[in-house]
Amino acid sequence: MKIEGKAVCIGPDIDTDIIIAGRYLRTKDRRIWSEHVLEDLDPTLAPRLEGAVIVAGSNFGCGSSREQAPVALKEAGVRCIVAPSFARIFYRNAINIGLPLAECEVSCHDGDLVSADLEAGIVEVSGKQYRTRPLSPRMLEILNAGGLVGLWKVKG
Amino acid sequence: MSTLSEQILRACEGEFVDRKVDRAYVHDGTGVLTLEAFEKISDHIENPGQTYVIFDHITPSNNSTTATLQAELREFALDRGLFFSDIGGGICHQVMGEDVVLPGEVVVGADSHTCTLGAFGAFATGVGATDMAAVWASGETWFRVPETIEVNLSGRLRGPAEAKDAALTYVGRLGMDGATYRALEFTGAGAGRLSMDERMTFCNLAVETGAKTGLFYADQVTCAYLAANGRTGTVQEQQDCRYERTIGIDLGDIVPVVAEPPRVDSVRPVADLEGLPLDQVFVGTCTNGRYEDLARFAAIVKGRKVSVRTIIAPASREVLKSAVNSGVAADLLEAGCTLLPPGCGPCIGMHMGVIGEGEICLSTANRNFRNRMGVGGQIYLASVATAAESALRGVLTEPGNAL
Repeated sequence: MKIEGKAVCIGPDIDTDIIIAGRYLRTKDRRIWSEHVLEDLDPTLAPRLEGAVIVAGSNFGCGSSREQAPVALKEAGVRCIVAPSFARIFYRNAINIGLPLAECEVSCHDGDLVSADLEAGIVEVSGKQYRTRPLSPRMLEILNAGGLVGLWKVKG
Repeated sequence: MSTLSEQILRACEGEFVDRKVDRAYVHDGTGVLTLEAFEKISDHIENPGQTYVIFDHITPSNNSTTATLQAELREFALDRGLFFSDIGGGICHQVMGEDVVLPGEVVVGADSHTCTLGAFGAFATGVGATDMAAVWASGETWFRVPETIEVNLSGRLRGPAEAKDAALTYVGRLGMDGATYRALEFTGAGAGRLSMDERMTFCNLAVETGAKTGLFYADQVTCAYLAANGRTGTVQEQQDCRYERTIGIDLGDIVPVVAEPPRVDSVRPVADLEGLPLDQVFVGTCTNGRYEDLARFAAIVKGRKVSVRTIIAPASREVLKSAVNSGVAADLLEAGCTLLPPGCGPCIGMHMGVIGEGEICLSTANRNFRNRMGVGGQIYLASVATAAESALRGVLTEPGNAL
């Protein structure tokens, strides 16, 4: 799976309350989540996420198990998230809904072109290559099916 | 020789395993998305008798959108013969602890604080909605067996220090990602002296270090609690296993602490911040809404009046019944506290105690993230005794040593 996009850089310990606040959770309307994603971090961010690769600090997605967090990012157009580490429930949730993650630390600025090859385990930023912690074969299988629901439809 | 996680999952750390799930639960918040994902993959619930739907997050409902979403989930649960706990029953982790979970079980909950049930010697961890939908359909899920950090507890709590202070202290020492992908085991003579309510407080905060779960070995305290609730458990033995590392905490050294916003690991002695003006005090949640907590708060405020608005949410109907029967509830009301129905209360800023711009809430909950209880508000996390003394004075106050 190869992904490319412009970097949007944010800091460490981005919690799921910041990704999508509790006040927006009581709905099944995904547009509400994508419109308000990361609003409490930066209210101007959501429209800039279409086609973006988020490059974050460590412990991305800590806190609540709310699956609306990765869904909101994916619906807003985020193609991949690159971070040195992810909180584990967020990690599983993102893969399960088909949002690719790359676990590695990169040097990057807003707007830099970021490409990721998750099978090869490589992220490239401005011509420099970084090796990611590899996704397990099971995680890759889920991602390649577009998520766990997609995999269930194929395998039953 | 194996860690408790390895014993329960019957595999070595680092291995990926598929395991049958003994108990699977969702609440009204995560259950809606779980049902949506489930309907895309299956029409078959593998183990309806081991599948639990527990309403706690917005109970009673706050508006008609919430009510409609809850009605769909309620109808599904009743229709499929799932265990269903409606509004007023209490917080999912508390209800599962009171009624269901046993040592050695594999438990998944669609809530990050599912780790609370590690207090029973179960492998209990939070999952998201899609993972849970697959558990409903198949009765199993996959795990990567975690490495384990041992938190060795010695001594005993003294004076006004509580399990909550000790738990915030270990979160402060490990940091918010200090145990990511790992399990915590609480061991040592100090662990054996803690009540089940206190153990649940310890385990509840494990996820705030990034841990997959936190566990106590089931002992006589566990078995006595289970017996009092009509269940039978067996004692678990700690083996001579390999831990990734061990941190030691002498419970006798613990002092009252607060976690400053917006980080749970930003932990300082209450004494450093004494006098901070408060707009609201909140006592409750899966961290500190149990009977021992309410009784402790009542013992401090009894016969006096709180001087800041104070909200108390019992963690379950059983907790509320005990508080009513013992007179604790009357003491709280006499002191001027507002008693909420059992449930999560205002912890996630949805209803019944949302704070306003610039307001400060002292809370016994587990998260102080930015805007969590209300846009522009700040949350300081503390123990029940700190909350009680502070409620009386209206400012952050270190609880007295006379307790």
